[in-house]
Amino acid sequence: MSTFAIEQTLNGLQLGLMLFLLAAGLTLVFGIMDLINLAHGSLYMFGGFLTVVFMRLTGNFAIALPLGIVAAGLLGALLEMTLLRRLYGRSHLSQVLATFGLILVSNDAIRFFFGPGAVMLDMPAALSQPLALTDHFSYSSYRLVVIAVGILTAILLSLLINRTRFGMWIRAGASDRETAQAMGVNIRLVFTLVFALGAMLCALAGGLLGPIFSVQMGMGESIIILAFVVVVIGGMGSIKGAFFGAIAIGFLDTLGRSLLPSVIRTHFPDLSADTMAPAIAAMLTYALMIAVLIWRPQGLFKTA
Amino acid sequence: MTEKTAHAMPQAAVLPPVVPGPTGMLSRLQWTAALLALAAAIAFPIAASTLDQAFYIGFATRIMIYVIVVTSLNLLVGYAGLVSFGHAAYFGVGAYAVGAASLLAAGTLPAWVSSAWVAWPFAMVASALLALAVGALALRTRQVYFIMITLAFGQMVYYLFIGMKSFGSDNGMSLASRSSMGLGLDLASDTTFYYVVLALTAATLLLLTMVVRSRFGVVMQGISENESRMSAIGVPVYRYKLACFVIAGAFAGLAGALLANQNAYVSPRVLDWTQSGILLMMLIVGGVGYRCGGVYGAVLLLVLEEVISSHTEYWQFFVGVGLIAVVLLGNNGIASLLDKLVSLLRRRKAPVAANHKAIAEGATS
Repeated sequence: MSTFAIEQTLNGLQLGLMLFLLAAGLTLVFGIMDLINLAHGSLYMFGGFLTVVFMRLTGNFAIALPLGIVAAGLLGALLEMTLLRRLYGRSHLSQVLATFGLILVSNDAIRFFFGPGAVMLDMPAALSQPLALTDHFSYSSYRLVVIAVGILTAILLSLLINRTRFGMWIRAGASDRETAQAMGVNIRLVFTLVFALGAMLCALAGGLLGPIFSVQMGMGESIIILAFVVVVIGGMGSIKGAFFGAIAIGFLDTLGRSLLPSVIRTHFPDLSADTMAPAIAAMLTYALMIAVLIWRPQGLFKTA
Repeated sequence: MTEKTAHAMPQAAVLPPVVPGPTGMLSRLQWTAALLALAAAIAFPIAASTLDQAFYIGFATRIMIYVIVVTSLNLLVGYAGLVSFGHAAYFGVGAYAVGAASLLAAGTLPAWVSSAWVAWPFAMVASALLALAVGALALRTRQVYFIMITLAFGQMVYYLFIGMKSFGSDNGMSLASRSSMGLGLDLASDTTFYYVVLALTAATLLLLTMVVRSRFGVVMQGISENESRMSAIGVPVYRYKLACFVIAGAFAGLAGALLANQNAYVSPRVLDWTQSGILLMMLIVGGVGYRCGGVYGAVLLLVLEEVISSHTEYWQFFVGVGLIAVVLLGNNGIASLLDKLVSLLRRRKAPVAANHKAIAEGATS
């Protein structure tokens, strides 16, 4: 493999894994509670900013990130118990609007405390140097750690869902809520815990990406729609689907951005490659979502 | 299709208001209110310039533009039961169509291409065609999948325009001037433009009310209440929904064309998915499925934005809290409150209030 291919593969993998962290919570919340939560992106933003807060307090990223995740989990549980619980069983229009209202509230809350500008998270010093993978190719060691953490989280999550009692409750709730409840599953508790879990995964993504993209008010809005694409492609409620969907979108987007400019330059010299290539890459992901919704609305990875 | 959905979801989001008998389009009270509102709107620029507050003429124009687009969305959500989460696409394409017309007129084509008589209908046709293409595919899906697919189409349109350098990409495009209109009307004057927008807003409200009251509209409401029954009695459900989608798209395009003229600028922000959310928000605050729901919602939210943002920059916080409250309280917006008030005043509350209670529950439960 050429260095270009390795680099793009790693970039695609990283984007895909981060999307997975967002989509996993989103798909569980949708699959089990039947809730469209637009404000899931706000939890990602809160996760990033909570990590910033703990970073300022402790000065150590390795401590700040877990603290940020725990705090975001508590915040998620609190949100579920106070507000989102009241939206289960309501029309999807009501859910869309209430969680849209939550986005507006969250953004202004962040603006109040941190201002409208981007806040940079410092990269841990130990990981700030690129790592030489081959003689001619080096890659950001921080991004490699992000990839490793993403893979590790995916494995842990799959063990949690498939091998533990809590995971069994989640699967039972996702496939048949009423029966699970009748069999003695405390579904209210499961809902709260699932929501907290989703918030923690969001915070992990927000905190990890902070040193790469910085954290900013409104950072959830663009990525949450991409997470919805993943959820739809994978099948609402399917963790496995979210994983493969996220990796697919990660690669589609990365490859589109890296390969399309040269294609456009050679074949369509009239078009502006710099602006058109990322746009086409983005449009391709939404075209994929539309195709799935028309031909296989239950998603590509869900048997139902 | 609907029955197959796995979860026990409540029926389509919104029930339309009960048609109050076959007597004409509007009751006498409604005619009085509409004419009073029109008279106030006609007098507004005179009052504003007398009080040296000409700034508010442009603000009121913006409100009316949003009245048009939210009312077109109401046709979809309120009367056809189609929760479109991509309505900003038609709004934005209308705006870009005016931008494209002015580009063409500045280039090789004659100047009349950018006149209001050509550019504005062009905007409506462009948005209607987009709605036709999107609707043809999106209407094959139901419920949450419909919300998602309209969202996806909206995003595609957004990225399409972001990618087009001739339309300014991220920066949007500035128009050299407002469209020309002839007839001695100079749209560069804010007051003249205000009256043109007022005329178009009134025409839109009247036309869409006629659509809702027509045989087409009644069938449409029947479809949103019980699609399989309408299908069983031989109504071509898909075609009806598609026609509704195209009409709503066309009027959103008109509003977009007016917005581009109002600002002399087209921003890709108008295509952002949050814009679709804002339009839905205005609709639900105003009253889904009420004839004037779009009017109340656009007026209230834009006025609130103006008032709150003059005191604090955190106006979205208050709007968000209000929106959550509206949804949680199970209220169907201002229109339902006004209806209740009117029926209380008339001491005829029993039938009307009961009907509208059912609607409010249908909309939010």
